[in-house]
Amino acid sequence: MTAAVKISNRNFSVFYGATRALRGITLDVPAHQILGIIGPAGSGKTALLRAMNRLNDLDLNCRVEGQILLDGEDIYQPDFDVVRLRKRVGMVFALPVPLPMSLFDNIVFGPRLSGIRARPCLNELVERSLQAAFLWDEVKDRLHTSALRLSGGQQQRLCLARVLAMEPEVILLDEPCSGLDPISTARIEEALITLKNEYTIVLVTNNTKQASRVADTTAFLLQGELIEVGPTPQLFMAPKDQRTNDYISGRFG
Amino acid sequence: MRISPRYTQAAAVAILGGATFVTLAVLVFIVVFVLVKGLPVVNLDFLLKNPEEMGRAGGIFPCIVGTIVLTLVAIAIALPLGVGTAIYLSEYSVETRFTRIIRFGTDCLAGIPSIIFGLFGFIFFVTTLKMGWGILPGALSLAIMVLPTIIRTSEEAMKAVPWSYREVSCSLGATRWATVLKVVLPNALPGIMTGVMLSVGRSIEETAVVIFTAGQVLQLPTSLFDSVRTMAVHFYILVREGISTENAYGTAAVLIISVLLVNTLSYWMMNRFIARRTK
Amino acid sequence: MKQIGDKVVKLGLMVIAVSAISSLLLIALFIFKEGVPFMVRLGAGDFLASSDWRPEKGHYGIFPMIVASIWVTLGAMMIGAPLGIAGAVFLSEFVPKSVMRVIKPTIELLVGIPSVVYGFIGVIVLAPWIRLHLGGAGLSILTASVILGVMILPTVMSISIDAFTSVPNSYRDGALALGATRWQAVHMVVLKAARSGMVAGTILGMGRAVGETMAVIMVSGNAVKVPHSALDSVRTLTANIALEMGYATGMHREALFATGVVLFLVIIILNAIAIMAMKKRFAKK
Repeated sequence: MTAAVKISNRNFSVFYGATRALRGITLDVPAHQILGIIGPAGSGKTALLRAMNRLNDLDLNCRVEGQILLDGEDIYQPDFDVVRLRKRVGMVFALPVPLPMSLFDNIVFGPRLSGIRARPCLNELVERSLQAAFLWDEVKDRLHTSALRLSGGQQQRLCLARVLAMEPEVILLDEPCSGLDPISTARIEEALITLKNEYTIVLVTNNTKQASRVADTTAFLLQGELIEVGPTPQLFMAPKDQRTNDYISGRFG
Repeated sequence: MRISPRYTQAAAVAILGGATFVTLAVLVFIVVFVLVKGLPVVNLDFLLKNPEEMGRAGGIFPCIVGTIVLTLVAIAIALPLGVGTAIYLSEYSVETRFTRIIRFGTDCLAGIPSIIFGLFGFIFFVTTLKMGWGILPGALSLAIMVLPTIIRTSEEAMKAVPWSYREVSCSLGATRWATVLKVVLPNALPGIMTGVMLSVGRSIEETAVVIFTAGQVLQLPTSLFDSVRTMAVHFYILVREGISTENAYGTAAVLIISVLLVNTLSYWMMNRFIARRTK
Repeated sequence: MKQIGDKVVKLGLMVIAVSAISSLLLIALFIFKEGVPFMVRLGAGDFLASSDWRPEKGHYGIFPMIVASIWVTLGAMMIGAPLGIAGAVFLSEFVPKSVMRVIKPTIELLVGIPSVVYGFIGVIVLAPWIRLHLGGAGLSILTASVILGVMILPTVMSISIDAFTSVPNSYRDGALALGATRWQAVHMVVLKAARSGMVAGTILGMGRAVGETMAVIMVSGNAVKVPHSALDSVRTLTANIALEMGYATGMHREALFATGVVLFLVIIILNAIAIMAMKKRFAKK
């Protein structure tokens, strides 16, 4: 049984100035699954991720070719509502970036922009998001203190909660656990596994073990090209491409 | 021969500390000197009465009012123009030749002698546009004078806001303007306030520009086109014409204290603002 | 829909930016319109190189004023910039934050002291001291430089402090983690990172120094002659304009506008040098 496809990258390339970061990637993101993207530094994983919510638009040097379809619609067509796209496709960055305000204000930042002002609504939203990010119990008594006071792992879960408060359809995560301790990492992985029932998740990671733990499907990128993609157990135990095998077994990275 | 880094550090700290001490000592001396000589002259009468005998006696009330009004109008003109330009340069444009020219022009404006603003204000606003000597031509000239300061410091303040904040804001579905309004400006506010404070300071003390554009009439203004005499101008005239050294010290003391009040007020406002965000 | 709103905002801001800059163009236009025809008629060479300034006889040579302005500004920068930056470094890197929170506002207060007050102090305190201990007339390049240097100190210092405090702590931590002393962390990492802010502060300070009129009138002596020592009395370009603007008419007034033109060009050149100096240092790395 083939899963429904949430996002479809069709022959997609990304250029930063003259450098080609992604070459003609064709990759489907299955709905309600975790897609892991692995590969060494410089393989274009982040470029691909940031293309999916058009965050690379902020870099005026960046040029793209090809299509990315979200539920069948090309997000790069002219006059596409980018602002709404980013509400449907949220992102968690590699380094936690809490905004310099209270936890509460951080989480409701996005919803407030969408016009949700009613206090009870916001309260409920905050609790729901923090619960889903497995952070509620730790911070429920200090929602109005500054987010800068949290530990790294807590801050990253806050960032996850912030994205969840937008009630997106897709969550993109760019190496979210790279600076975190193992316990925080485990919490986040726990959260992701629970979340995939409601959301579609794309997880870029430089930690192959994490991908094997968490991802349903894994894709391997190398120097801007998609080398191989497949169900995680199959990719890790019987990779079809020699280069995949070399990367997974640590021969390079 | 390599000197131990601990010694170079000790030497550096000594030199820097010495320089700082000398600097602060000199500046403090100037303030203290003027205040010591001037405060005895300042009382409620001095502040609230009109001057008599061209300033030899009486108070400086119209000068105080003139200073306040002139400065407020000047900042009201310069602030939106300056911050708007800084927002454009920092958030809405790429580094092109056009923006480089704008920045270069801003730096040049910063270097233009105040006397030229006075000249320009006199020829353009007072004479050509027939405004006569008054608050409006004075404020316009002052506004142009402080504009580069506000632009420069606002832009620096906005550039200091981490890029990641903007990314986060955009990724949560904010338009660029919403990001500027809700993320960049609030975080850049302390820096912008520095620029505004510097500008207020310059406006209060500026003499050359004001004499040629707002005139030196000793009376309470009733309209934007009335001429006023600011405290700084009054001080200069008292000294130049040798009218009253005593009252000169008094005027200078009031001037210094006003700047102190303005700065303290702005720091209090800023601290409250920062505290509310990070407590 | 939101896209249109954003475009409107961008356009509005561009209009604001352009109007702000056109005020510069307006000033340049006017000064040049009044001053350049004069210079053309008289001959730029005569105007700039002649030391003969006697408007009543129709002689308009401003060479002494040019030299005076250059020396006084350089002197002020030599005093104000190093002291201002040294103070900023000390206060933001080697002093506890609580102390700094008291001192910085104090410094910013001092920006507001009127230039005429500085000038006044220069006349009654500094000039007599210089006359007594160093000779000369007291009202001189040296006096003017010291007074101006002190005047621009708060500006340079406060903007530099802002620049230093905005350098992220991770930069300092990184250096310290590599075994550097605080001083090494400062001069190897922080100073470079804060460079654009420091340059901004220095340029703004230089702007104040070149443009200062009132204080300079009070302490520099206002003699129209080419200086041979730091103790000579001089008249700067700005002082020249201010002193004579009140009663100048006809060709005399045009000559003052032409002086303004020269000031303008001097400033543009100074700024260009500052920008090139900044670029060179970036390129060297």
